[in-house]
Amino acid sequence: MGIDTKSRGTRLASFDLTDFPMPTGREEEWRFTPVRDLADLLLDDLAAEVVVQVQGPLGSGVTVEVVGRDHPAIGLAPAPGDRVAAAAWAAAESATLVTLNAGKVEDGVTVVRVIGSDGSTPARPSALHLAILAKAGARGTVLLEHTGLAHLTQGVEIVLEEGADITVISVHDWADGSIQAASHRVRLAQDAHLKHAVVALGGALVRLTEQFELAGPGASLDALGINVTDSGQHHEAQLFVDHAAANCRSRVAYKGALLGPLARSVWIGDVLIRSRAEGTDTYELNRNLVLSKGARADSVPNLEIETGQILGAGHASATGRFDEEQLFYLQSRGIPEELARSLVVHAFFAELIDQIGVLGEIKDALKMAVDSKLDQRSNHNQRRSQ
Amino acid sequence: MTTLEIRDLHVSVDTPEGDKPILKGVDLTIGSNQTHAIMGPNGSGKSTLAYSLAGHPKYRVTSGSVLLDGQDLLAMTVDERARAGLFLAMQYPVEVPGVTEANFLRTAKTAVSGQAPPLRAWIKEVAAAMEALRFDPEFQERSVNEGFSGGEKKRNEILQMELLKPKIAILDETDSGLDVDALRVVAEGVNRAQAATGAGVMLITHYTRILDYITPDFVHVFVAGRVAEEGGPDLAARLEAEGYDRFLSAD
Ligand SMILES: Nc1ncnc2c1ncn2[C@@H]1O[C@H](COP(=O)(O)OP(=O)(O)OP(=O)(O)O)[C@@H](O)[C@H]1O
Ligand SMILES: [Mg+2]
Repeated sequence: MGIDTKSRGTRLASFDLTDFPMPTGREEEWRFTPVRDLADLLLDDLAAEVVVQVQGPLGSGVTVEVVGRDHPAIGLAPAPGDRVAAAAWAAAESATLVTLNAGKVEDGVTVVRVIGSDGSTPARPSALHLAILAKAGARGTVLLEHTGLAHLTQGVEIVLEEGADITVISVHDWADGSIQAASHRVRLAQDAHLKHAVVALGGALVRLTEQFELAGPGASLDALGINVTDSGQHHEAQLFVDHAAANCRSRVAYKGALLGPLARSVWIGDVLIRSRAEGTDTYELNRNLVLSKGARADSVPNLEIETGQILGAGHASATGRFDEEQLFYLQSRGIPEELARSLVVHAFFAELIDQIGVLGEIKDALKMAVDSKLDQRSNHNQRRSQ
Repeated sequence: MTTLEIRDLHVSVDTPEGDKPILKGVDLTIGSNQTHAIMGPNGSGKSTLAYSLAGHPKYRVTSGSVLLDGQDLLAMTVDERARAGLFLAMQYPVEVPGVTEANFLRTAKTAVSGQAPPLRAWIKEVAAAMEALRFDPEFQERSVNEGFSGGEKKRNEILQMELLKPKIAILDETDSGLDVDALRVVAEGVNRAQAATGAGVMLITHYTRILDYITPDFVHVFVAGRVAEEGGPDLAARLEAEGYDRFLSAD
């Protein structure tokens, strides 16, 4: 459980950068993060260097526009919860707004590509703001892709109006050495459903903070996550699931594999069931597979319950090493060691990828991305053993 | 013709208190088409022998040799031993969540035979082998051994033996936990596999009932980490009547 005994609900949230002091690294929300690596992203003079491209079924069902921060559809999600998120907001004069309109269901996926530099020059500290607005009753899928070299703090606001039912998938496949803080701030109105998934593969440091406010009765959230983390990478996800209305449901499932000796992952799952959130049904799970000595996975589930009138609340967290007996069994059937390892690791993620990949094309793309990250490692090992 | 030659094998197991010697000079030779039953009291080292031959990392060979057709088995990795033709049906088969039985069988077959089996023929072969072992085809879509009953796990081991066609098969208490019908079905599977491939079989068991279906050519009494006595099929019946006291007191 968290060391902080204060309720998660009382933690500072603000749109004003100056409300947040510079973090020292000792604060509850910073204590797992190499704050020094993010220092340049905590200031108020960030550039807008990354490129955003949007591709997809842009008919009347989905509209994409670049708008000013004063646009009525911007700033509807909960306020930033830490300084790096507030810095992204402060720097963003404009935002890319994807609106999923009601009644018109477009087939296919709206892909938002966030593209860093090609690596020929160092990436400048930058900020970016994206907004996804699902109008009442809207359906659709938005895929955020992050590639190239970047040094970025990113705000993503996701607002679901009444009865909207959408999927948002964010894949972080940055080039080596990239640093990203991303703050996903989400509000769900009555009877809205969001499937939210994050996949962290690349970069030197990816720190995701995800705030989900279940603001209207009957809202429902599936928050899924995958990280495949190699030596020298730090992948972090800090979730805050805020049950603020009655009869809401949330399911959180995050899994991570740590491949190399200096791989580092952090998962924090704060769930708050407020006194008015009667009839809440929540469960969160985090599992980590540590494949190398020296790798470290921190897993901190935290459940706060302010009402007794709930349907269910639970959490599970487990960090395990490779199962040598499974490996022996597969090898004893002739399967070479590297292939046996890869079978077991793929098996570890398979169910979650199925869950994320509603659409066949996304599932295949995710499988390929995860596979290629895992295969990099087996090639690496093979080279080493030669 | 295949020969597995075990000579003066000594094996220790890693324990927190240090190396603990378990096998103390095992001598045994198994040829093609032969069936050797191994019987002996609990804790005498039968599974240790089986695991050591398969190359389980927990066991350390301290001296002796094992040759498979003249090749040094002990110098091979676990998967190399399997590809050389050795198969172990485990006393406690391992669950592998998330890996489907179908994928597992195909991957293993591809590894053992060095090439992917032709798809159609393979699907037919698997379906036929499963039917013969009274396995519902739905098991192919389940995770390997996950949630299988004790008897289903044992049948799964013999299914693999039939499909992978080893030269030498070690069956470690495959008969334990099987009901009367399953025992017959599994024994028929072993006989079928042996008839098809001429495999040599090492059958570790506590019960003579399986020997009603699988006739051993030799029976070995395994006591305190070595073979204490050898004989024909009639030795099994004597052991069942008399127990192991005779060997234990002599120890
Ligand atoms: N990790 C270990 N630490 C200590 N002793 C061990 C360990 N592994 C095996 N042994 C011991 O080695 C001995 C031989 O075990 P083994 O499993 O080979 O016996 P077995 O003949 O197969 O018995 P059974 O008939 O009950 O299956 C036993 O006394 C067992 O307790
Ligand atoms: Mg045993």
